[in-house]
Amino acid sequence: MKIFFNKSFVAWYFVFPVAFIHLFVIGIPSLASLALCLTDWRGLGEINYIGFENFIELFDDRYLKKAIINNVIWTIAFLTVPVGIALTCAYLLTGIKRGQMFFRLAFFFPYMLASVINCQIWKYLFHPIHGLGGFFERIGWEFLAVSPFTTKSTSLFAVAFVDGWHFWGFLVVIYLTGMYQVDNHLYEAADIEGATKFQKFRYITLPMIRPVFVFSIMIIIIWSVPVFDYVYILTGGGPAYSSEVIANYMYSQAFERFDVGYSSAIGTLMFFYVMIIVAMFGLFRRAGWDI
Amino acid sequence: MIVAKYRRREVISNYIILIIFALIAILPLAVLLFNSIKPQMEFGVNPLGPPSEIRFENFSEAWVKGEYAKVFFNSLKLVVGSVFLCLAVSLAAGFSLAKLNPKGSAIIAVYLLVGISIPAQLYIVPLFLLWKEIHLLNTHIGLVIIYTALNAPFATFLIRSYMIRLPDELFEAARLDGANTFQLFFKVALPLSWPVILTAGLIIALAVWNEFLFALTFISEEGFKPMATILFAFQWRFENNYALQSASAIMMVAPVAILFMLFQRRFISGLTSGGLKG
Repeated sequence: MKIFFNKSFVAWYFVFPVAFIHLFVIGIPSLASLALCLTDWRGLGEINYIGFENFIELFDDRYLKKAIINNVIWTIAFLTVPVGIALTCAYLLTGIKRGQMFFRLAFFFPYMLASVINCQIWKYLFHPIHGLGGFFERIGWEFLAVSPFTTKSTSLFAVAFVDGWHFWGFLVVIYLTGMYQVDNHLYEAADIEGATKFQKFRYITLPMIRPVFVFSIMIIIIWSVPVFDYVYILTGGGPAYSSEVIANYMYSQAFERFDVGYSSAIGTLMFFYVMIIVAMFGLFRRAGWDI
Repeated sequence: MIVAKYRRREVISNYIILIIFALIAILPLAVLLFNSIKPQMEFGVNPLGPPSEIRFENFSEAWVKGEYAKVFFNSLKLVVGSVFLCLAVSLAAGFSLAKLNPKGSAIIAVYLLVGISIPAQLYIVPLFLLWKEIHLLNTHIGLVIIYTALNAPFATFLIRSYMIRLPDELFEAARLDGANTFQLFFKVALPLSWPVILTAGLIIALAVWNEFLFALTFISEEGFKPMATILFAFQWRFENNYALQSASAIMMVAPVAILFMLFQRRFISGLTSGGLKG
């Protein structure tokens, strides 16, 4: 069958359109960026090769340092809170019979909404006069009546909270698909042995859903790198760079300062980081981790 | 399925925790819905609760002030254009990767897999300059091409994993009847693939409807902006008019909500399909 079809070059015609469009939009510009990061180009005029100067500048850039630290905090926050909540909810969902579908839809629906919508909702809810701020003020909890988006110590977490609120339902569904594949006999055996709910979770559910779990960890790490929408819309990286992330910083370098070489260098850094993560998980799989 | 016999007390505590989280997910949306039909006057005294009088005029007012007829049309053009172009190229590629397996096509698969994980920040600046050079900035066709490239790898793999399960015998029989490869694609593969076409189409449509970064970067002229970036501008233009803001947001959510009600399973399985394949 396969040899039968292979005779013809026609098969390639079917792949060309995708390959062409993807190369044109993503492949070639990516390569251009990998080259431009070694230049001082500003979008117009001469292109001068300056070696690794951009990268030397990168490592001295304290705003970028702040942004990288924030991205790390963001990643850790997403690896803990949404994952914990989603695991709990998915596990509890497998233990009920009625209303499963309702809960699943309720958890998942925010994931379908645009970033602009989610940001608008929470901007309003966290508004110091309207929203919850006004509510807390009326009941006398004035310390909660400030917008967490405009407070330096909370802005990053507030933005991460909004993104997490929209994202965790996705994790619930992913974990559920894993949990449904667990053999019920294991739980029955554990019941006979008198295992508690937590023990069953720890010693049966968690090991059995490991492939799905590791996958979720991987995409959280990868997706935490280019976070942009929520930061740009809610705080723009402020106040005083307290919620700055790499993607937002890169965007301002590129489209406000038009420093093509420098922003390409930031993009290159992000690209290599993501590729290392992908390669690492690929190696784990090769090494027989069964993920 | 887990049908372990839970004690009654345990089941009740399960429900209580789940209901709390369901409320956290749903209540903010309810507030948005309430605000969209609340008179602007009422926001001072009743910021979170349901409105005392229902005022649908918020929608017509927002529709007129935000010129949403045009904005909707812009978004619709982007969605329809991207869905068609992306499905066309992805169906062809998915078919080839699933059933034809030309020598070396693994390279294409690996390239697309890497392509999925390249952060947009790597290529967005050169792409912007390229688009400026060939006069695709501030055009819908320019954005449609970008959205096609962004969504094609995912759609290709989704379609490939579906078509790979179509029985080979069908294709062999058609081949024996004298069908060429194009006929195999149009007459055999496509008619059998409508479920995955629908799923992929819905996911692409959702992604394009919600997309923010590229719409922000590549469309700066007001008249061409889609829903997402207009809504962002609207939040600044009518900063304190929450009735108008919420009504506009509901207008953007409504199509998504309706489609989600109709095709829940498709959306969920499509959006999480990466999780199953690993």
